[in-house]
Amino acid sequence: MAIKIFNKFFKTIFSGIFKNKRDIKLGFYGPPNAGKTSLANRICKDFTGEEIGSVSKVPHETRNVQFKEKVEINYKGKTMTFKMIDTPGITTKVDYEEFLKYKVKKKEAKNRAKEATQGIIESIKWLDDMDVVVVVLDSTENPYDQVNITIIGNLVARKIPVLIVANKSDLKKSNIKRIEEAFPEYGVVGISAKYGKNLDNFYEEIFKLAKKVK
Amino acid sequence: MAAKKKATSKKIKGFAIQFMPFSEIRDLASGERIKKVLDIAFSNSILILQGRLKPEEETRLIEDTMAMIGHVKSFKGIELAVISPHQNRSPIEKFKHNLATRLSGSDLGAITIIGPASVVKEIKQDPKKIELFLNK
Repeated sequence: MAIKIFNKFFKTIFSGIFKNKRDIKLGFYGPPNAGKTSLANRICKDFTGEEIGSVSKVPHETRNVQFKEKVEINYKGKTMTFKMIDTPGITTKVDYEEFLKYKVKKKEAKNRAKEATQGIIESIKWLDDMDVVVVVLDSTENPYDQVNITIIGNLVARKIPVLIVANKSDLKKSNIKRIEEAFPEYGVVGISAKYGKNLDNFYEEIFKLAKKVK
Repeated sequence: MAAKKKATSKKIKGFAIQFMPFSEIRDLASGERIKKVLDIAFSNSILILQGRLKPEEETRLIEDTMAMIGHVKSFKGIELAVISPHQNRSPIEKFKHNLATRLSGSDLGAITIIGPASVVKEIKQDPKKIELFLNK
C-alpha cells in the first residue's frame, strides 16, 4: 500500500514536471501567400538566428510542413519554448498554369502543382497535432474566403486556441477592420511580418493562448 | 439544310447547375457525402446544396479534391462558398440556432456552392452575398 502511494506520488510529480517542460506546438496556417513563412522566419530569426524556410512571390513556395524545434521566445521577462510548425497554404484548387505567369517553366510548374496538392493534404493532417494555431491572413485580401472559415471552424471543433494575424499591414490596401468584422469572436492582431511591425502585440496574445494549453 | 440541321443538333458545351436538398445527404456517412459532392464537380456541374457540411467534412473535401488533381483529366480543384443567415448573431440567437442545427443535422438556412475550378473561376463572398465568376 505504502509503495503504491509512493509510486503514485513520484509519477504525479515527474509527469507534472515533464508536462510543463513540453514545448508548445505553434502552427502557422492560412491561404497561400498570406505570409506564414515570413512571420515564422521573423520569429525564428529573432530568437534563434536561423530562418525556417524560403519565401517567394510565387504561390505555394512552402510545399512541405517545416519545423523549428526549441524556439525560446522572451517577452517582457517571460520565456516560453515553442516548436514552430510552418505549413503549406491551404486552398481548394491548384492549377499549374498559374505558376507559368511567374515565368516558371512548364515541367517545373507541373511538379510544383503536384507537390502543392500533397502539401495541402499534409497541412490538414497536422491540424490534430497543434497546441496553438496562428491563422495568417493577407489583410489586403477578402477575409470571407471559405478556406479561412473552414480552417478556423476546424480549429474550433478541435478546441485548439486560435489567433488571427492580419498580415501586410504596411500595404495601402490593408484592411484589418474587415478581418475583425469577419471574425468577431477571435483575437485579431494586425502586423507586418516583412518589417516586424506590431510584433509585441502578437507575442502578448501568443503567450496568453499558450498559457491555456494544458 | 442538312448542314443547318447538323448544327442545331450539335451538343451544347457547357455546365449544369444542380440544386440539392439536404435530405439527399442527411443519412450518408461523411465519406459518401464527399463522394457525392465530388462526383457532381467531376461532371462539370455546379452544386447548390441546402445546408452545409461539417467543418471536418469541408477539410476532407479539400483533401480528397487535392488527391484527385492530376488523376482526373482536366480537374484543377473546386471553388467552395457557404453563405449563412446566422452570422454575427447574439448569444440567444446562437443558442436557438445551435439547437435547430442539432435537431435538423445541418444549418438548413445556409447554402453551399461547390463548382469545378475549370467552370467557376472565382467565388466572391461576403456575409450578404456570393458572386460566381465563370470561366469563358
